[in-house]
Amino acid sequence: MRLINVRPDRGTALFLAVLPFALVVLAYILGSAERLAENPDDKLLPSLPSLGNAIVKMAFTADARTGDYLLWTDTLASMERLLSALAIATLIALVIGVLVGMLPVVRALLAPFVGMVSMVPPLALLPILFIVMGLGEESKIALITIGITPYLVRDLAMRVEELPREQMIKAQTLGASTWQMGLRVVLPQILPRLMDGLRLSLGPAFLFLIAAEAIASDSGLGYRIFLVRRYLAMDVILPYVAWITLIAVAMDFGLARARRALFPWFGAAK
Amino acid sequence: MRTPVSSKLHRLKSALAGAFGLAAVAGLALGTGPAEAAPKKEFKVAWSIYVGWMPWGYANDTGIVKKWADKYGIKIDVVQFNDYVESINQYTAGAFDALTVTNMDALSVPAAGGVDTTAVIVGDFSNGNDAVILKGKKDLASIKGQKVNLVEFSVSHYLLARALESIKLKERDVKVVNTSDADMVAAYKTKAVTAVVTWNPLVSEILTDKNAHAVFDSSKIPGEIMDLLVANTAVVKDNPDFAKALVGIWYDTTTLFTADTPEGKAAREAMGKASGTDLAGFDSQLAATKLFAKAPDAVAFVRSPDVGTTMDRVRKFLFEKELLGSGAKSADAVGIELPGGKVLGDAKNVKLRFTDTWMAMVADGKL
Repeated sequence: MRLINVRPDRGTALFLAVLPFALVVLAYILGSAERLAENPDDKLLPSLPSLGNAIVKMAFTADARTGDYLLWTDTLASMERLLSALAIATLIALVIGVLVGMLPVVRALLAPFVGMVSMVPPLALLPILFIVMGLGEESKIALITIGITPYLVRDLAMRVEELPREQMIKAQTLGASTWQMGLRVVLPQILPRLMDGLRLSLGPAFLFLIAAEAIASDSGLGYRIFLVRRYLAMDVILPYVAWITLIAVAMDFGLARARRALFPWFGAAK
Repeated sequence: MRTPVSSKLHRLKSALAGAFGLAAVAGLALGTGPAEAAPKKEFKVAWSIYVGWMPWGYANDTGIVKKWADKYGIKIDVVQFNDYVESINQYTAGAFDALTVTNMDALSVPAAGGVDTTAVIVGDFSNGNDAVILKGKKDLASIKGQKVNLVEFSVSHYLLARALESIKLKERDVKVVNTSDADMVAAYKTKAVTAVVTWNPLVSEILTDKNAHAVFDSSKIPGEIMDLLVANTAVVKDNPDFAKALVGIWYDTTTLFTADTPEGKAAREAMGKASGTDLAGFDSQLAATKLFAKAPDAVAFVRSPDVGTTMDRVRKFLFEKELLGSGAKSADAVGIELPGGKVLGDAKNVKLRFTDTWMAMVADGKL
């Protein structure tokens, strides 16, 4: 039998799926045990119980000074920034992306500009952002927005251009105006693709969020990581990284489910 | 020390992990063992840009490091870090044998992390290089209620605590905003930022603004922010030649660049350039630094009771901020040894040691 035809049954598939995770955890436990045997106070690879203690301390114990539950206040602060930026980016991308894709005039006007802007490394702009917008929320949201919007715009514009010409021609023979074509032909087909684009942007969006919070902040997931890095508290950093990953995975999953629920025909048509 | 069996096991584990494509994790989990105590020939020193540490870069560039390493038949690799915190973490993880660091960070990171660390050289203390700066206000008292931008949990944070203490305020009377040192100057230029605590060369850069007023600086707490060259205690114990070479390099270099000669001026100019300023800028930073250019001065300082008083303050500050390790029940959790054998805190858990051993060798001409 050829390897290409071997299909794992459900049990094997589950086992194979879990295996890499188990190996990572095992490698961690071995490495941690080895380092802790040499130095019980080692901070680099803390034991599982001390990771647990740190989680309890960050998530379920009120901070002695502020009375906040740090993990939750950090999460809330970061999510506000991330979601605001995603909302702004989506809105801009939808408008500009559709216009660039649909209208040759707008394409001539904006496509080269957007293409150029998308190549500017957003992190290099950070110092300018801070001077122009200050160190507050605006500049953090702006960094994330600048980071993902050009990608979303270009992605959407290309998807619009990919739509079959016949659809537009047919719509015109039926008497549709440009506005109507945008609303009734382009938009419904582009919305599910926008959600896919958003899913792919989540990774970069988190990257820019963490980078912005690392520089000047008093709360947020990235802020906490860079703060405790100051004294190598890996027992806090590792759970935070795991938590961020979980949030991102959940958002990705949620968007995928929402797309399927809202546009059931989209997956079927592909 | 590792036995051959465990090193075989080590290799097996690495190979296994690698085979499953987990190289990244394996590198983290199994790759970097703590620096091991055994006679060795090659040593690594990590340093970062700061007026009191520039001599290390200069000594490396001009062959002084090699001269002393050759004298003891060893090899010393001097590596510059652009990121100070990363250099501390690398040393703590065991990738480096020696490190330039402040007394406070030496206690909160390697020592609290269980890495037994010895201050081989007390190079200088900050005597104005660290400052609290207010925008448009000239007295410290008006800091009350303001947002203060600083690198949290750094010596700046400590300086702020000492400044507030001097006018009977507490940290809750201000709002601390963590701000990376790399962005401090840009941050100061923004409207919302009205108070910062930072160190040189950033202080002098910020003070070029005529609205900026340094309302408190480290010259008001002389001797409390020390710049050290620390080394892994086990490494220097087993390899005293390494420690001897380090002090040899240091005092050779300080003698050279503090001399009122064309060579001294050229050295200061080179160090100024390497730290992003010029001769005048470097000289003004040096003026805000109490440099122990001569070994007897350093020995006298380290033997004075001031070091104990300072370290007691520093450990209490760190404990209050929960920086002495998660298991720390009191400021006594991590023992600090002072010259003469006196110990602050837990004598069974001494992890930071101040000593005059090697500096005294230079002072006594026994190197």
